[in-house]
Amino acid sequence: MARQMSGAKMVVQALKDQGVDTVFGYPGGAVLPIYDEIFQQNDIRHVLVRHEQGAIHAAEGYARSTGKPGVALVTSGPGATNAVTGLTDALLDSIPIIVLSGQVPTFMIGTDGFQEADTVGITRPCTKHNWLVQDTDDLPRLLHSAFHVATTGRPGPVLVDIPKDVQFATGTYQPKPKSSDFRYQPPLKANPEDLTELVAALETAKRPVFYTGGGVINSGPAASQLLRELVEATGTPITSTLMGLGAYPASGDKWLGMLGMHGLYEANMAMHDCDLMICIGARFDDRITGRTDAFSPNSLKAHIDIDPSSINKVIHVDFPIVGDVAHVLEDMLRIWKARGRQMNREGLAKWWKKIEGWREVKCLTYKNSDKIIKPQYALERLEALTKGRDRYITTEVGQHQMWAAQFLRFEDPNRWMTSGGLGTMGYGFPASIGVQMAHPESLVINVAGEASWLMNMQEMGTAVQYRLPVKQFILNNERLGMVRQWQELLHGERYSSSWSEALPDFVKLAEAFGAKGIQCSDPADLDDAIMEMLDYDGPVIFDCLVEKHENCFPMIPSGKAHNEMLLGDASTKGAIEVGGAVLV
Amino acid sequence: MNALKIKKGATSHSAYNLRSTFSDVVEQHTLAVLVDNEAGVLARVIGLFSGRGYNIESLTVAEVDHTGKRSRITIVTRGTPQVIEQIKAQLGRIIPVHQVNDLTVEGPSVERELALIKVEGSGDKRVEALRLADIFRAKVVDSTHTSFVFELTGAPDKIDAFAELMRPLGLVELARTGVAALSRGGEA
Repeated sequence: MARQMSGAKMVVQALKDQGVDTVFGYPGGAVLPIYDEIFQQNDIRHVLVRHEQGAIHAAEGYARSTGKPGVALVTSGPGATNAVTGLTDALLDSIPIIVLSGQVPTFMIGTDGFQEADTVGITRPCTKHNWLVQDTDDLPRLLHSAFHVATTGRPGPVLVDIPKDVQFATGTYQPKPKSSDFRYQPPLKANPEDLTELVAALETAKRPVFYTGGGVINSGPAASQLLRELVEATGTPITSTLMGLGAYPASGDKWLGMLGMHGLYEANMAMHDCDLMICIGARFDDRITGRTDAFSPNSLKAHIDIDPSSINKVIHVDFPIVGDVAHVLEDMLRIWKARGRQMNREGLAKWWKKIEGWREVKCLTYKNSDKIIKPQYALERLEALTKGRDRYITTEVGQHQMWAAQFLRFEDPNRWMTSGGLGTMGYGFPASIGVQMAHPESLVINVAGEASWLMNMQEMGTAVQYRLPVKQFILNNERLGMVRQWQELLHGERYSSSWSEALPDFVKLAEAFGAKGIQCSDPADLDDAIMEMLDYDGPVIFDCLVEKHENCFPMIPSGKAHNEMLLGDASTKGAIEVGGAVLV
Repeated sequence: MNALKIKKGATSHSAYNLRSTFSDVVEQHTLAVLVDNEAGVLARVIGLFSGRGYNIESLTVAEVDHTGKRSRITIVTRGTPQVIEQIKAQLGRIIPVHQVNDLTVEGPSVERELALIKVEGSGDKRVEALRLADIFRAKVVDSTHTSFVFELTGAPDKIDAFAELMRPLGLVELARTGVAALSRGGEA
């Protein structure tokens, strides 16, 4: 049923047809017609952020916690350029978001008009795809395509740049087409013969390990369910990247914990010593592999990924499998069952014995104190006091992020939002706003460092305006902790620009925004203070003053292999050699 | 003339001369990429090569299906087998890309390039240039009393060889289209 309407009205209509209930945005000259349409309806909530970067991260938080695409609306020029960091973040973490940007009218494009920027040019390398709309009649098709592209195959951010005259002009609206009407249809199912070969390898493997990532989460809840079934049925140990936490429950007995640079000893050792590695929806990132020529030297490797370009990009694999995780796991399970549910049980038993030995190392042990709050202790208490609650965690980037990944335990997918690929400081606070918008009744905590948190602190205004009870749990060490740690290990303890001077009084800052501030510096007071934060019905800034010079361990130094990881302070001197120092 | 620093014996000239991070054998491949002819599609392809540090030896693009709005981009690139596979996979991810064919591995193919070569001179050199042009079956498309513009079609090697021969005879300017290529035989 084709209808005539203005481009601006089409935008709102297309969002409704796509099932969008929330848009994060910031108005400006080039999007005023769209804002006018938003004003005249009640189906879509608009959340006014305080900076466009916040809008994109909020949309990411919304997307990651719901599995639905997030939507942001920004104006031309600076509105669009402020969105670039968020778009890049979503691209590296494969998060489906749709960003709508205003543009100067088509007849002014190229004249360096006020607030004009070549938005599609600037965002081409940081989106999965983008479009400049030249004609109002094209707008509905491109908007629906944007949702299809963002959510199909390997998800990612897309941007639709809409000139102001296109918003004003009248055209014919086209309703949402069927998903199968689009040309872009990446295959979901893998070749059954390839899967049979992989299953045969799994049946005979003596030391198999599953290495899972964000692709399991992106594939949807069914993928996590099938993964759990496969792990339990086969008795195979499982580790995950930072991005994949929660796909397999942390309480599961096959769980080895996170792997990688700050991953657990047992997880990294299992990766190094396995004879069959099955990578599911992860991408052999440099934080995972360490030195690639020493990466799991004696294993056969399988890689299940929906994106063919991820396969053999970094690590050569023996079983390349292109497909959607849920579809592939379903077929694998079916094939494995049909072949008689065989495993090398004897080999597996020995393998688990070896893993138990590594677990005995207890690599997350730290020296606690009764005088000062250790960051690890703060997170242990946060975990203990929020365990079992309907809880979502976001983080900023740095030491606190790694500690959160190590000490908080995730039982379900979509509960953990962190900037993995791009490592965007300032991600966590706006992301927590997006999560809370999607889950108004749930507990949403942003585990932050004080330096990261300050990067998008303007979003306190958003949190207070929309009465979002997001808890900002700041591990305040008055340092850029991870930078400081690297300077200690790598740059002769010359702490160049890595401490935070002139920090605000976070309690007063919270109060200035009309929120609640809590400060805690004594380990004895910590539990009560955390409970006070949890019991308060509104946004809280929790200023947790922690040990200033704590290092994050375990750690695989740059340029080293998995089995060369550092477990504590004693062995850190000269840990990174000249060759490793050039790596980040 | 000085702008044309063609190394003796060179068979190709790179738009991006980037060092490969892989030490394996480097191969040259010709890729045919069928794309929607829409705004920015060439920028997406070129941006992929520059952003990921791949080489472009030659690149041609033109619309080949006016009603279907399809363009064909022919790219000659160099890399280790692993890098070539990556390039193909990365090209395949671009949304308006319909098809990526590696003409180098998918059976025999024909590759042709067109060049316009301006030679300036008089006397014996002018006669010699004309004689060589005849041997190479180059056409004269412009002439004055002191210059010729030759049009030459052929494989890139042939054009390299002709340009090399023209150099001492007064080569002043060279324009090349880059490679167009098709697989041999009846199938698309």
